[in-house]
Amino acid sequence: MVHTFALHDLKLALDVESGALHILDDAAFCAVRLLAAGIGRQEVHAKLQAEYGKQTASQVMAEIEAAEEQGLLFSVSRRVDLATDGAVKALCLHLAHDCNLRCKYCFAGTGNYGGARGLMPLDVAKAAVDFLLQAAAGRKHLEIDFFGGEPLLNFPVLKETVAYGRQKAEARGKKLKFTVTTNAYNVPEEVKDYLNREEISIVLSLDGRREVHDRMRVTPAGRGSWESVLQNCRQIVAGRGGDNYYLRGTYTRHNLDFCQDVKEMVGHGFRLLSLEPAVLSPAAEEALQEEDLPVIFAEYEKLAALLWEWEEAGQKVYFFHFELDLHQGPCAKKRLLGCGAGSSYLAVTPDGKLYPCHQFAGEADFCVGNVKEGITAPEIRRRFAAVDSAAKAECAVCFARYFCGGGCHAAAWHQNRDLARPYALGCKLHRKRVECGLYLQAKRMLAKTGR
Amino acid sequence: MEKRHIITVNPDAAQAFSLHTGCGECPTSCQSACKTSCTVANQVCIKEQKA
Repeated sequence: MVHTFALHDLKLALDVESGALHILDDAAFCAVRLLAAGIGRQEVHAKLQAEYGKQTASQVMAEIEAAEEQGLLFSVSRRVDLATDGAVKALCLHLAHDCNLRCKYCFAGTGNYGGARGLMPLDVAKAAVDFLLQAAAGRKHLEIDFFGGEPLLNFPVLKETVAYGRQKAEARGKKLKFTVTTNAYNVPEEVKDYLNREEISIVLSLDGRREVHDRMRVTPAGRGSWESVLQNCRQIVAGRGGDNYYLRGTYTRHNLDFCQDVKEMVGHGFRLLSLEPAVLSPAAEEALQEEDLPVIFAEYEKLAALLWEWEEAGQKVYFFHFELDLHQGPCAKKRLLGCGAGSSYLAVTPDGKLYPCHQFAGEADFCVGNVKEGITAPEIRRRFAAVDSAAKAECAVCFARYFCGGGCHAAAWHQNRDLARPYALGCKLHRKRVECGLYLQAKRMLAKTGR
Repeated sequence: MEKRHIITVNPDAAQAFSLHTGCGECPTSCQSACKTSCTVANQVCIKEQKA
């Protein structure tokens, strides 16, 4: 499969199976599009000749054939062994099912996941570490993400868990990476210092402009949180030399002009950014709708141009969903297996129960076990392991299938009640982001080679 | 052959896709900056990173 598209000043072709990206001139773009649509070579050659002349037509067809011979265009489908050994290598540790904010788009029901508010006891957190080290089998690189609710509400347990995890991991010859995802609303100095000193990766939630952020991210009393959050984010990022963080925002249909929010973030000195579409019930006032897509697509294209403008000026901004690695990226197996939710990645709730990921927390039908007894419902894990992107009909015909891993299982389930049916709106957004990421890769290559 | 009409951004693509297949040591995508919209292609193969 070959996907052709034009974006700003470039015409591009992605050879899906090899992952090769090509920049095309008008004649080559015309030829590749026709061939991709199933038109025969002779007919394509004739059309080119009529429109671009004999010499150009011959050159273009010869270049296409050369790329094909190198396995970089119209390459055949690859066979990938997707069997897994069942190892768990990452846990999302819900240190708190409680929060000091009441964000209106929160998938966790303002932090309590529809249940009682509470914190994870230390013995559960330690048991989770033990479970991970045991379930990781031969894996060396392991991860724990402190999540909530607001995980910093349970800071003493976070600290103890890091110390315990590092000691236990070292004893087993493993490397354990910690990340904390925080709303950054209330981060005392000692907590900031600790997170920076211990090099805990951090994901900070800020939606961009004050009015956008404060519309959604409010305190229990209904007040906006922007000012405190911004101040804390700036201090935390400065304290770690501007590295090892992501500033993560969410956009809704209230701020489809989200380039303004990216500009706001950059204006405050942030360089590692993520801005994600809110995934909500379609009935929600803030939920993105199909009719919003043209505006969102235009905004993503505008953002790609903006990012390139900054990069050219020596101010590179990393936008998480546009950062594609075309040279040293993941292998085909990783690309098709995706996030690993339910198989290599599990979430742990404060009571020690295990779920396929943070977005299934508290859903009894998806509880796969607990940290003390281990996996008690392996059939649920098998269901998740079976829905890799190779098994999804929608993915088989999608050019982005090696970029998204088949999409988010939770979105598929919550929107369609079917793990094997990806969330269609999310797929459309993802495809546009992939195009923008490819565009930036092409621009970098052209700039690097002086073309 | 000198190409005039097609510039390949990543001629190493075919190999990069197939290297170190399936070691399972790479980061989990949801543990990075996305918690609601899956992305895998922005990750670096941990073995490639070392090479």
